[in-house]
Amino acid sequence: MLYRTAGQFKTSYEADFALFPVKQDAILLAGVLVLAYVVFPLTANEFAFRALLTPVLIYALAALGLNILTGYAGQLSLGTGAFMGVGAYACYKLITIFPEMNLLVAIALSGFFSAAVGVAFGLPSLRIKGFYLAIATLAAQFFLVWLFEKWAWLYNYNASGAIQVPNIEMFGITVAGPRATAMSQYYFVLFVVTVLTFFAINVTRGRIGRIWKSVRDMDIAAELVGINLMKAKLSAFFVSSYIVGIAGALFVFAWRGAAEPNLFDIPLSFRVLFIAIIGGLGSILGNFLGAILIVALPVVLGFLPEVFGIPISSATVEHLNVMIIGALIITFLIVEPHGLARFWAVIREKLIIWPFPH
Amino acid sequence: MNVQVGPDQLLARDDGVAKGEVLLDIRNVSLSFGGVKAITDISFNVLKGEIRAIIGPNGAGKTSMLNVINGFYTPQLGTIVFRGKQRRSMKPHEAVGQGIARTFQNVALFKGMSTLDNIMAGRSVMMKRNIGWQMLWHGPALAEEIEHRRAVEEIIDFLEIQHIRRTPVGKLPYGLQKRVELGRALAMEPSLLLLDEPMAGMNLEEKEDMSRFILDVNQQRGTTIALIEHDMGVVMDLSDRVVVLDYGKKIADDVPDIVKADQNVIDAYLGVPH
Amino acid sequence: MEILNDIFVKPFGDMIAAPDFFLQVVWEGLVSGVLYALIALGFVLIYKSSRIFNFAQGIMVVFAALTLVGLYERGVPAFLALPLTLAVMYLLAMAIERVVLRPLVNQPDIILFMATIGITMFLIGFGEIIFGGENKVMITEQLMIPTGSFIFEPFGGFVSIEQKDLTAVVGAVVLVGALLLFLNRSKMGRAIRALGDDHQAALSVGISLSTIWVLVWFIAGVIALATGIVWGARAGVSFALEVIAYKALPVLMLGGLESVLGAIVGGLAIGILEKLFEIYWGQPLLGGNTETWFAFVFALIVLLFRPQGLFGERIIERV
Repeated sequence: MLYRTAGQFKTSYEADFALFPVKQDAILLAGVLVLAYVVFPLTANEFAFRALLTPVLIYALAALGLNILTGYAGQLSLGTGAFMGVGAYACYKLITIFPEMNLLVAIALSGFFSAAVGVAFGLPSLRIKGFYLAIATLAAQFFLVWLFEKWAWLYNYNASGAIQVPNIEMFGITVAGPRATAMSQYYFVLFVVTVLTFFAINVTRGRIGRIWKSVRDMDIAAELVGINLMKAKLSAFFVSSYIVGIAGALFVFAWRGAAEPNLFDIPLSFRVLFIAIIGGLGSILGNFLGAILIVALPVVLGFLPEVFGIPISSATVEHLNVMIIGALIITFLIVEPHGLARFWAVIREKLIIWPFPH
Repeated sequence: MNVQVGPDQLLARDDGVAKGEVLLDIRNVSLSFGGVKAITDISFNVLKGEIRAIIGPNGAGKTSMLNVINGFYTPQLGTIVFRGKQRRSMKPHEAVGQGIARTFQNVALFKGMSTLDNIMAGRSVMMKRNIGWQMLWHGPALAEEIEHRRAVEEIIDFLEIQHIRRTPVGKLPYGLQKRVELGRALAMEPSLLLLDEPMAGMNLEEKEDMSRFILDVNQQRGTTIALIEHDMGVVMDLSDRVVVLDYGKKIADDVPDIVKADQNVIDAYLGVPH
Repeated sequence: MEILNDIFVKPFGDMIAAPDFFLQVVWEGLVSGVLYALIALGFVLIYKSSRIFNFAQGIMVVFAALTLVGLYERGVPAFLALPLTLAVMYLLAMAIERVVLRPLVNQPDIILFMATIGITMFLIGFGEIIFGGENKVMITEQLMIPTGSFIFEPFGGFVSIEQKDLTAVVGAVVLVGALLLFLNRSKMGRAIRALGDDHQAALSVGISLSTIWVLVWFIAGVIALATGIVWGARAGVSFALEVIAYKALPVLMLGGLESVLGAIVGGLAIGILEKLFEIYWGQPLLGGNTETWFAFVFALIVLLFRPQGLFGERIIERV
């Protein structure tokens, strides 16, 4: 009854291509945007921003980038953490070399550095296929983290080896650095994520998205349909690494405020990969759903001892968190490999025909 | 902008060859894998507008021959002349650019995508709007998408697969999958269509449907067709000329009635040692 | 040009100038290599006979070591702890196979790989809760692994070989030798190889699937325990051991996923090469610590030239 699609006919191809062929979907999205842009900022406290809202957006963006490469184009990548690092360090160098540069511009530019590195490590995908390709991104992962530590120029020869984000203003508001408020950083991230998600949706539903999916499903057949495999694979690496690099820059500049090389180590890569898998490979929405789950889980677990009155040390909570994530991964891969996005699709189908059973 | 697209607008592209002239000329092609000789010194041609059947017992080298034609394999000897251009080797996507499309014995569809998307994928070569326009979607990218959607819908109508437009092809029965694959090949607007056992695994009704489609493609659109097929009835009824392969060599090359009666051909199929 | 000299000439000069040191480095690399090879071997066995991707082999090594030490700390005497640990490992392996791997049996390798990462995470969290996260010491004395070292003086120089390392290498050789003998000479071994070659055919000549799988997983468990003991003796027992799990990947890719010989050669090659690279190029020229990435980059370069690895079979794609 609520989600009735009866009566909504498409009378032109243009209407058929619309993002929300069903009106209720558009209303739902509008609601989410209102929540994100208006309701949360008015009601959330600093903890909610820093522990939930901002990281969910950043992780969702990183997962979105990874999903384009692994979910749409079928090229497995285990180097997401390192590529995020490239974006972060590139942004840091840009800001320290050009202190007057607008932070948005710096972030947009730093994406190109991670894109270039991503393409470089994506070149092996032209020779090596399937699971063996994991070695290329793993090599990138371990090599780059080593480089972040050894190449002192990256962190301006700082004795601690870490980078600190300076105070940066935009239009009179401090958006980065110790003086920035959690809310301004949230809006900054929300804006960037909204824009990039919009672009990603458009690119994946058009001819380039179709080409990527063809390469993913059967690359020989794709070639025989006239698709240039090299351009398809490398473009996937480029776009994916661009987005991931920006997520990395946001990770440091708009959330953590500082970074050491081991922040971008393999656990980060796996965390983003898990978000993409649990959310649903080949979906845009899934990245957000997965990020909400993965970010909220430790926070919820942290509150459990209070709620149940059982004393559990924070170390144990962390171990439980890791265990549950491992179990979730396994469960999703067995039960619903298409992730939370598929769950949503099923619920939506049921809503459409409700209250009828079928 | 409502443009009606009629069948005559999807004729085989203008490829510079007149009906009845030689479109494809295979000259003394030999192909071997390691020590195995798949094709030995074969020559034959395909005329524009005809339906040419390639037949022979299993292992005769028929699929290898198709693979050579569309550039998947490079022969060690011999040349191929297509639309007047001579070459020995060609990359597969170059072949597509030249106007060669094909289907496969084991259906090579993109299993994760719908029928519509699979056939739209066939238009990839003709779609050009770069990523900048794609990011915006509205404007030139959407216009291009709509333009090609019209062409694809025309093919979907022609092949009578409207009802499975949005179904993921992995879920379709085998016979329909083969039809979708034909649709994808047609979407490339080929001059030469290579069909590798298009009727394999089909029942009588499905074969009749497929035969009708193949004939229509040839007669309505003027597409030249080369097909591999085992069903002799189909071969004799559909094709204009037949070439017979056995153990990688050509043993007959003529119109169906004559080939049917050729003793060498009969021996090859019956397994008479020779 | 100084740089060219440093890269292409000096390292080899150093090797020749101090041959005893060179031998020491090669020996150290060999010991690591043996351990990589063992992990890869456990994996290859399971993959060969059941086509199951068990990357959890790495975390099983850690778990084996932790269980052994954990049991001892709770008062179980060493020589009882050994078979008990083996039993635990075996049960763990069976549980993994039944709960995770069997439902995913026809999925592409990537999915299985990610599932075994899930298993790894689960076991890490679980292990840290049960055993605690501090570093532990491997119970080498109790297991009668000799400590102390031998000293050789080749070329008038000085090479020190730790007895526990020597025990590890000798033990590994014996283990692998026994394994190869078993695979090639015994009836069960032949059955395992048959299963690896052609599942259906093996079944149709009456080879019992479950018996073989039980056996194979048991052997993999033994290998994991042996590896865990040796590695723990060298580096202390902690979850940092999981790093070896990642290193097993380049070994497998070099050696091909199905080749016993490939696992051994790949493991030894990577162990020795990464040590040599670190000492002669990494430390003087690059600031050291290159062992974190060398194995991966090396495997990547080899795969670029031979996409199927050194021992894998050529993949011919037919359409």
